[in-house]
Amino acid sequence: MGGKGEKPKLIMEDGRRHDGRAFDELRKIKMQVGVLKNANGSAYVEFGKTRVVAAVYGPREPTLRHVVSPYRAVLRCRYHMAPFSTDDRKSPAPSRREIELSKVIRESLEPVVMTELYPRTSIDIFMEVISADGGTRTTSVTAASLALADAGIPMKDLVAAVAVGKIDGVLVLDIDQVEDNWGEADMPVAAALTLNEITLLQLNGTLTQEEFKKGLELALKGIKEIYKMQKETLKSKYLQVED
Amino acid sequence: MTSSETTQESKPERTLVTPGDLIAEGEYKILTPNTVIKKGDNCYALVVGLATIDDESKTVKLVPLQGFYYPSPEDLVIGIIRSIGITSWEVGIRAPSPAILYATDYFGRPVNPARENLSEYLDVGDVIIAKIQVFDRTRDPLLTTRGRGLGKVTKGAVLEISPVKVPRVIGKKGSMQSVLEGETGCKIIVGRNGRLVINCPSKDLEEIVVLAIRKIEAEAHTTGLTDRIKEFIIAEKVRRGLIGGR
Repeated sequence: MGGKGEKPKLIMEDGRRHDGRAFDELRKIKMQVGVLKNANGSAYVEFGKTRVVAAVYGPREPTLRHVVSPYRAVLRCRYHMAPFSTDDRKSPAPSRREIELSKVIRESLEPVVMTELYPRTSIDIFMEVISADGGTRTTSVTAASLALADAGIPMKDLVAAVAVGKIDGVLVLDIDQVEDNWGEADMPVAAALTLNEITLLQLNGTLTQEEFKKGLELALKGIKEIYKMQKETLKSKYLQVED
Repeated sequence: MTSSETTQESKPERTLVTPGDLIAEGEYKILTPNTVIKKGDNCYALVVGLATIDDESKTVKLVPLQGFYYPSPEDLVIGIIRSIGITSWEVGIRAPSPAILYATDYFGRPVNPARENLSEYLDVGDVIIAKIQVFDRTRDPLLTTRGRGLGKVTKGAVLEISPVKVPRVIGKKGSMQSVLEGETGCKIIVGRNGRLVINCPSKDLEEIVVLAIRKIEAEAHTTGLTDRIKEFIIAEKVRRGLIGGR
């Protein structure tokens, strides 16, 4: 927590946030599937100024033979931030943070993908953050889930994700970079709603038990909206063709 | 899609579903186990596709709109030779792993690698029609060319389509395929892996068949397709001057 320079005002006099949103309001979301021609499935998701492209390849022959399992497909995730995605240029080499996020994103998708149907194969997911303004991991999970569905890979449910933060003592939904830098807590949550399962829950900062419960409720409320949007996006691809 | 257009009114309605959608509640039999999952008494969708619920026969079917080919024993596939081994060929069948075709199976006799060079019989890039003999999680798919109509393809054109659209190109009880063949005089061999071998009497007819198949692929999720394809082929034939106008 903490950023460069002086702390900006995060909650205005009228109770709104620095960008004019209410405490339980999501950023403007845009979703699209089938954006990449060469991938088996792909998606583009935008949460405000955070933009992610996800591509799915497979099930295909694993390039690394030692990761093969005779019982299920291996899910491989690569979360990467483009050098131009941040204010200061980011080195294109995978950082410790990116390697860790690749792992947590993989674990958030594993419970829904029916990997047991395709033994000895690998399903590769690539997520490229092309513009970062907070909530890149949650946007990546949302995009990866859409790309998997677009590739026709059997999934028990879609996974949607959003982060809840605490800024100036107030719990807020879908925090951006400024709120993340200057806030007191950041809690990314991913869930598969029909399955009724939370597949990712991280917490950076401090929340009381009461705040945690309220925060989780707030996150699930946001996830519900995102989940609905994901379903509409997947359906709209075919409804357009039908028109 | 295996819907019959002639009985359109009486057939159950198809709905567009996404993963996690509840398709049916109650005692339903799942006809497509790879695309529908049962939890308790509820049936949930696993893929984006068109779900058909038949309340009379108590069955649920979900045809995916997007997908890939995953081999299954007894599937007829059209493969392309990728590489040549000493006693076998590696064949690309658009599956996650390459398939193996043993020379003993292809020749139907023992092979002496010291005296015979396999590339003289099947070279890299050659097309074969084969059946998947064995495939499970312990091995790569094993092909066989022992059987009627199987073996090397010596003439015709190869066309690739999305593997999930294959049932639509064949049609219910082969209806679509017989329309394509009957209207154009072409012979079409449809591989489950989304590859087709087309043998046509003329270049024009071959083009018409390719266009018709592309149309089927693009409109696979719509109804009344067989009739539209028939009209399309006739219109194309008239346009190209192959038959007189009606």
